[in-house]
Amino acid sequence: MAKPRLALYWAASCGGCEIAVLDVQEKILDIANAFDIVFWPVAMDFKYDDVRRMDDKSIDICLFNGAIRNSENNEIAELLRKKSKVLVAFGSCSMEGGIPGLANLTTKDDILKFVYKDSPSTVSTNGGTYPQTHTKMPEGEIEIPEMWDTVKSLDQVVDVEYYIPGCPPQPEQIWNVVSYILSGQPLPPSGAILGAGEKSCCDECTRTKSEKKLKQFYRPFEIQAKPDECLLEQGIVCMGPATRDGCGALCPKAGMPCRGCYGPPPNVSDQGAKMISALSSVIDAHEADEIDRILNQIADPIGTFYRFSLAHSLLRRVDKHETH
Amino acid sequence: MAFEPKIVGFLCNWCSYTGADLAGVSRIKSAPNMRIIRTMCSGRVDPAFILKAFQLGADGVVVMGCHLGDCHYQEGNYKTIRRIPFLKKLIEQFGIDPRRLRLEWVSASEGDRFAEVVNEFTQEMRTLGPLKLPVHELMGKNGERAKHAVHE
Ligand code: SF4
Ligand code: SF4
Ligand code: SF4
Ligand code: FES
Repeated sequence: MAKPRLALYWAASCGGCEIAVLDVQEKILDIANAFDIVFWPVAMDFKYDDVRRMDDKSIDICLFNGAIRNSENNEIAELLRKKSKVLVAFGSCSMEGGIPGLANLTTKDDILKFVYKDSPSTVSTNGGTYPQTHTKMPEGEIEIPEMWDTVKSLDQVVDVEYYIPGCPPQPEQIWNVVSYILSGQPLPPSGAILGAGEKSCCDECTRTKSEKKLKQFYRPFEIQAKPDECLLEQGIVCMGPATRDGCGALCPKAGMPCRGCYGPPPNVSDQGAKMISALSSVIDAHEADEIDRILNQIADPIGTFYRFSLAHSLLRRVDKHETH
Repeated sequence: MAFEPKIVGFLCNWCSYTGADLAGVSRIKSAPNMRIIRTMCSGRVDPAFILKAFQLGADGVVVMGCHLGDCHYQEGNYKTIRRIPFLKKLIEQFGIDPRRLRLEWVSASEGDRFAEVVNEFTQEMRTLGPLKLPVHELMGKNGERAKHAVHE
């Protein structure tokens, strides 16, 4: 039997997801043996035209990491969708916008203005030189992709069969998914989240919880956290209750609060909404002023609660009209 | 035509919904702008319901519950008094005027208070004008995609 054909691609990505695939270590050889790798720009020399020439649906599985941030990301997402039987949103960026999705806190114009004009390290002449999608050169016209105002997840531009969460997904989990596929067992229903659990990060966390109430929140650097107690109950905003399990509660294990990279747990549509519920339950205050004082200790709610999922949240991006 | 705001009201079953009912049977006039959703308790109003209402085009959202101390489930509305100010801060960061979200206590006997809240809030939303959010356009352009926005 012919080997299943595998493609891997990075869109608006940091490269970490690619490293995570290599981090399956010696099993990468098993992957190379079991699959026919037909497209993997980071590791092998392929061109987009190679993909364009393939028959539709001729790629069995495509692992797609990175967010959709510009016209090139979108074009290749559509191309790979057409050529793949199973398209997997791999990693937080692809699944829910991830870190690039934080650009939805601002606008394309403000980003370009800062980077090409206002940043202290930029020497701007003639009011700044901005990148153009089309530039005339003696040899002809050069075209570069157009940056989008709003960052999107993969499933906001094309249909996606599966999701593998994490920034990046944990190598053991990647291997779990790959070996499941190789076992030939029937694939889960479309829309499933693979390589993760069905509970929350708190369920995997070994720190002890004691239903403590809080009058004070701290940022991680402001307090020496006790090693065994729940970080949230010590006043550190930990995203555990609003995050899917699957990583093994890596961050709380290392003394840092969970930042939410595995995305919302089952039946939660919005990590920020879930965190507001969770934090409201632990705040020890009944008076409006006292509540306000405590809430003001939580810096940057959007950046904290939606660090990875802003582009895929209920409101998707910040609006710059009404309050600015 | 003059702008008429769409308002979503989450009313707890035991006090405010009964209060709204009383306003109705007492024939107290109030603005017809509010779509009422009955919940068992104001503490049952998941913050996601409120964000979802804004996502789907509400110009304003009111949550009404029993007065503090009167919640049928004892503590439910104490959760609410922490959630709503928290949500106001969040929506403000999203670029939504926090006045578009309001919490009010309306007991079962306060039909008049119910009508007053509805009228006042409707008037305030009329002054603020329609709420236009980027998500409306993002979903409108690609309505089909909106289905995928929730990982069940
Ligand atoms: S999910 Fe994380 S590791 Fe993967 S590309 Fe995005 S930022 Fe990098
Ligand atoms: S809130 Fe954080 S530290 Fe506490 S149990 Fe959950 S994951 Fe662990
Ligand atoms: S603890 Fe949270 S932030 Fe850390 S790896 Fe796990 S899900 Fe991601
Ligand atoms: S039952 Fe009315 S607020 Fe809880």
